[in-house]
Amino acid sequence: MSNCNVKIKINGEVIEKEIESRWLLSDFLRDKLGLTGTHVGCEHGVCGACTILLNGEPVRSCLMLAVQADGLEVETVESLAEEDGTFHPIQQAFANNHALQCGFCTPGFLMSVKNFMETHPELPTDDEIREAISGNLCRCTGYSNIIKAVKDAYVLKC
Amino acid sequence: MKQFVGQNVKRKEDYRLLTGSGKFVADMRIENMVEAAILRSPYAHARIRNIELSRAKNYEGVLDVIVAADLKGKVKPFTEFVEFTLPPQLEADIKPTIKKNPEPMLAEDKVTFVGQAVAIVLAEDRYVAEDALALIKIDYEPLPVVTDPYETIKEEAPVIHPELGNNIQSYFEVKVGDIDHAFRQANHILKTRIKTPRVSGNPLETRGVIAEYQERNQQLDVWSSTQVPFMVRSYLSKLVGLVEGNIRVVAPDVGGGFGPKCAVYPEEIIIPYLAMKYKRPVKWIEDRLEHMQSTRHSRDQVHDVEVAFRNDGTILGLKDQFLLDNGAHNSFALCCAYNSAAHLRGMYLIPNYDITGRIVLTNKTPNVPYRGAGRPEAVYVMDRIIYMIADKLNLDPVEVSLRNFVRPEQMPYETGIFYRDGANMILENGDYVKSLQQALKIAGYDEFRQKQEEARKQNKNIGIGLSSYIEGTGIGPFEGAAVKVDSTGHILVGVGSSPHGQSHETTLSQICADVFGVSPEQVSVRAGDTSLLPYGVGTFASRGAVTAGSAVHGASKQLKEKFLLITGEMLGVSIDDLEMYGGKVYLKNSPSKFVTLQEIAQAAKPGPRCKVPKGIEPGSSATYYFVPPTVTFSSGFHVAVVEVDKETGFVDILRYIVVHDCGRVINPKIVDGQIQGGVAQGIGGALYEEIIYDKNGQLVTGTYMDYLIPTAMEVPEVEMGHQEYLSPHNPMGIKGVGEGGAISPPAAIANAVCDAMRPLKIEINTLPISPNKLRSLIEEAERTESVLK
Amino acid sequence: MKPPKFSYLRPNNLQEALDMLAEYGDDAKIMSGGQSLIPLLNMRLSTPGYIIDIGRVEELKGIKEEEDAIVIGGITRHVDVEKSALVQEKCPLLTEGIRWVGHNQIRTRGTIGGSIAHADPSAELPCILTALRGEIVMVSSEEEITVSPEEFFLSYLLTSLEPNQLIKEIRFPKIKKGSGYAFEEVARRHGDFALVEVAVVIELDDDGTIADAKIALGGANSVPFIPEAAEEFLIGKLPDDSILKEAATLQLDDLDPEGDIHGSKEYRRYLSGVLLERALNRAIDRAREGVFA
Ligand SMILES: Cc1cc2nc3c(=O)[nH]c(=O)nc-3n(C[C@H](O)[C@H](O)[C@H](O)COP(=O)(O)OP(=O)(O)OC[C@H]3O[C@@H](n4cnc5c(N)ncnc54)[C@H](O)[C@@H]3O)c2cc1C
Ligand code: FES
Ligand code: FES
Repeated sequence: MSNCNVKIKINGEVIEKEIESRWLLSDFLRDKLGLTGTHVGCEHGVCGACTILLNGEPVRSCLMLAVQADGLEVETVESLAEEDGTFHPIQQAFANNHALQCGFCTPGFLMSVKNFMETHPELPTDDEIREAISGNLCRCTGYSNIIKAVKDAYVLKC
Repeated sequence: MKQFVGQNVKRKEDYRLLTGSGKFVADMRIENMVEAAILRSPYAHARIRNIELSRAKNYEGVLDVIVAADLKGKVKPFTEFVEFTLPPQLEADIKPTIKKNPEPMLAEDKVTFVGQAVAIVLAEDRYVAEDALALIKIDYEPLPVVTDPYETIKEEAPVIHPELGNNIQSYFEVKVGDIDHAFRQANHILKTRIKTPRVSGNPLETRGVIAEYQERNQQLDVWSSTQVPFMVRSYLSKLVGLVEGNIRVVAPDVGGGFGPKCAVYPEEIIIPYLAMKYKRPVKWIEDRLEHMQSTRHSRDQVHDVEVAFRNDGTILGLKDQFLLDNGAHNSFALCCAYNSAAHLRGMYLIPNYDITGRIVLTNKTPNVPYRGAGRPEAVYVMDRIIYMIADKLNLDPVEVSLRNFVRPEQMPYETGIFYRDGANMILENGDYVKSLQQALKIAGYDEFRQKQEEARKQNKNIGIGLSSYIEGTGIGPFEGAAVKVDSTGHILVGVGSSPHGQSHETTLSQICADVFGVSPEQVSVRAGDTSLLPYGVGTFASRGAVTAGSAVHGASKQLKEKFLLITGEMLGVSIDDLEMYGGKVYLKNSPSKFVTLQEIAQAAKPGPRCKVPKGIEPGSSATYYFVPPTVTFSSGFHVAVVEVDKETGFVDILRYIVVHDCGRVINPKIVDGQIQGGVAQGIGGALYEEIIYDKNGQLVTGTYMDYLIPTAMEVPEVEMGHQEYLSPHNPMGIKGVGEGGAISPPAAIANAVCDAMRPLKIEINTLPISPNKLRSLIEEAERTESVLK
Repeated sequence: MKPPKFSYLRPNNLQEALDMLAEYGDDAKIMSGGQSLIPLLNMRLSTPGYIIDIGRVEELKGIKEEEDAIVIGGITRHVDVEKSALVQEKCPLLTEGIRWVGHNQIRTRGTIGGSIAHADPSAELPCILTALRGEIVMVSSEEEITVSPEEFFLSYLLTSLEPNQLIKEIRFPKIKKGSGYAFEEVARRHGDFALVEVAVVIELDDDGTIADAKIALGGANSVPFIPEAAEEFLIGKLPDDSILKEAATLQLDDLDPEGDIHGSKEYRRYLSGVLLERALNRAIDRAREGVFA
């Protein structure tokens, strides 16, 4: 109906809330839960800034209703670093390689890359990396440092 | 002593941005806040007959709906942006016509472009606000629309703003030498039309404003995704009639700017006004559809050029009449248009030069500067001409370039015109021949020609194209920095510039750290906040490092001097006996005798224990405003290597090379990042991006499905080479680097594509080079060729 | 850009879904992956009273093998098809083509039924399904019917689906052993909808002549286009460059693509010929090499 209850495991914590069923997952995360690391750049599925992991897979949170995530598991950029603040290897690699400028697109890239590395355990080629991040737009960096960072993340991970 | 300037110091900005704890305007929520949504004109040109708001106002969750009539007498309309008016010397020299043409806050009785703001809904949340937008009924009477710059200057064109008389808003001429004589002397004259289309900067973060007013102390706090918070403050104060000191404008983390966020928008005035009026914080976040329509666009120039040259390729003179289609308004005087006129000759001598610029108005979104601001257009014209001359004379384009360069022995070279800041435009230093040679070497130019021959035999079309640019960077009028040492010995730097990806917190801390001999870790830099300094300008026009960097350098040096004086007083010695390094002041030659910054800062406190020498203000801070004498010229060469799929018209960039001079490099990785990012935007302009309107003034490229921003699949890694000719115009020798990457790609890539298609003769004089367009050019050339045969 | 108000319904099984459709169909929109529907909602170009989210209807999910077809449930996601070993083995044209659908982050939500129902003339799946001469199985609370792509795709974004029907499954015929196949596409940027795309399956006889040719073009018409004359022309021929070129350009005049800012009518028509020739070449090479033997 026009309101509904959702129960979503977000970054390891089960959240239960009543929301309007038309609310987008991106807005739910940002406005209702304060998880503003997930950014919104286009709200029509092209820019990738809102990319999160749903049951471990990258999806556009602007192209999902929050209620569609009911009963599922969501990971956002806020879940990446360790509790003591230590970077996840992908974050470290981005910092090492100047893979961000304004940083607006960055959370989306990090989430896409996390899934990519999990599903491609062997060091990929540049072209494979390019393809993997081609669903995320960055207007600042021109991508080449992001590609370097992804390769670096493979090194840091082991 | 370790120096940090010149090192790849890791960015201080990164931690928060990588962990999702950055704060962009949209990330902020304030208790009791309402959200705004804006109704925008669906017509390009129409009279507003009637507005019916009652259903929207009565919708549940709506606080109010505001239209132009509600602002009457409360919020003044924009005047022009005085920041862009011409300095008197320049005005006297070129005697321009500039008609005042400011944009209204909300459309009142007429709309003049699709996307113009007409009404604002305030509601409990954005969902509700958007529901209410659909309930507003406006009765429009459509008026004739004009979207073409050549149509709009015709006598019979509908006049967009009757008070201006016609649609030609500005006019100016710049002349050097004797153009008629030059044309009489020439062996050849070439005439062509070269066009750079309308594009959009499209930072990934859209615009957005939040305002909160506290009645208690009349404090108005505004957070805006802007490049120029001081300018926002100034216009807010002027137009709403507020005490400037009661306004604080903050640009928090800003997700890219590139120019479009570089002036004040109506929303930045109205939203704060509404926060005051309704005594509730108000938030407005532009969505991408609004952004495509209402955030100002850029470029859109057409040049009709004639060039006179000799058989050996020497250019004797160049005439150019160009139009800049600025959309429905121009509040920026001659900004981009004059930049184009001043930069068109680039590195080339061209002793006789005659250029006329006209800024014309059409029923489209207003234009503003965007990364490169008038230079990509000029460079596209100039470097296409170099290739066309080469073609005509059957010379290699490199030879034509070399024939025409300003030579190192001619430096500093007087161009014979004024720069936009009113100073004589002088190319101060550099060696263009050497830079070009470096670029050609990286590209393997000579070997490439051989490879190209072989490829042709296998029916493969590969080509190489060059482009060069110069860019006046670091424009004034000033930038400020305040440096202070707190009582823990930590250094705090506040600057008036306002970054949105440029890494000020890192590079400026490097500069400051070197002056005090400390690690950048010991320095915190704050920016984008009008409470940091009395005056500030902002981040645009490749000016951040040059102006804010020099200001930080100056303020740090002043504070260091003061700290030496205080130490002299503390130790009872002359300051000649003191030296500062490692964050301490030492008695010369006695490494065990020192005081720390913390101790000095404490000794600087007013009061009985103060050790500040008499006649000097107590305190551990210094403020310095750097006023550049004029701009400083960066320069560079771009080389594109492409392959064209002749059958489909698709272009693949195989290699991209940049050799550039940005003076002193503060942080190499950050400089390289600016170049790579600029090139990506340039590639967008060369191959993908175009803002298109139909005949009715409807925006056809209103989403990211139609406005094509390059992805990682379309942008190659740029190979770079560096030249370091220090700027004589600032103490550290810095030149700006922010825009250079974006200036040359359209010219380099278009030249490469033409080169790839040879011996077929095609001229790419419009952008972007879409596969459809390229195929048409190829077909046309093939037809011509077969007719000739 | 926020969705308008609607009532949200989430059936737990097919029967519930069909009942809801029967009741609310006229004022309802089915939501599967939402990757085409939600952008429309965000832009308020679609304002249904009800959203029926079929995303949890297990009966509509899955990839199974039947004698001559791979049968894919309507809400099966693009990624699941992309990664399916069964699809790769029996219908590799689908594996090759589906990678062209948007980006991974779209394919993790987007579904086969959604792509077919959305009927974008430039979308990959309608073109592939048409080339394979597959079938679409639609159900309502009253009946289940199976239609061909030609019956299903009516025009630009328009299909024969009735408000009370949904796509239950889609039947992708297996590609016969010894056949060659190819999917060719060009788009302005990687991941964009195609300017033009071509799907081809070629069967060769032992003597190298073409035994069967199945072709579909996307982006070249308001619905996927089968160049029947070109197919007929090819059958029985020993393929060489000039034959393939002739076949590729035989029916260009029959194409009626929609021109837009990315490509004019003429350009798309011309491009169809270029891509068809490339696809035919590649498919024949594959058939000859017995890659799929
Ligand atoms: C950025 C971006 C890029 C894209 N690029 C491409 C591309 O290159 N190629 C391409 O093909 N697609 C592309 N798409 C579209 C994408 O593939 C969609 O996922 C797909 O078209 C629809 O599938 P869905 O499951 O998401 O359908 P939904 O969005 O849920 O539904 C789409 C339509 O189909 C109807 N519908 C859905 N399922 C059924 C069913 N079982 N029975 C009856 N009706 C149904 C819905 O009512 C709706 O009208 C892109 C999308 C985005 C956002
Ligand atoms: S905001 Fe979701 S893809 Fe752009
Ligand atoms: S770092 Fe600014 S958009 Fe990617």
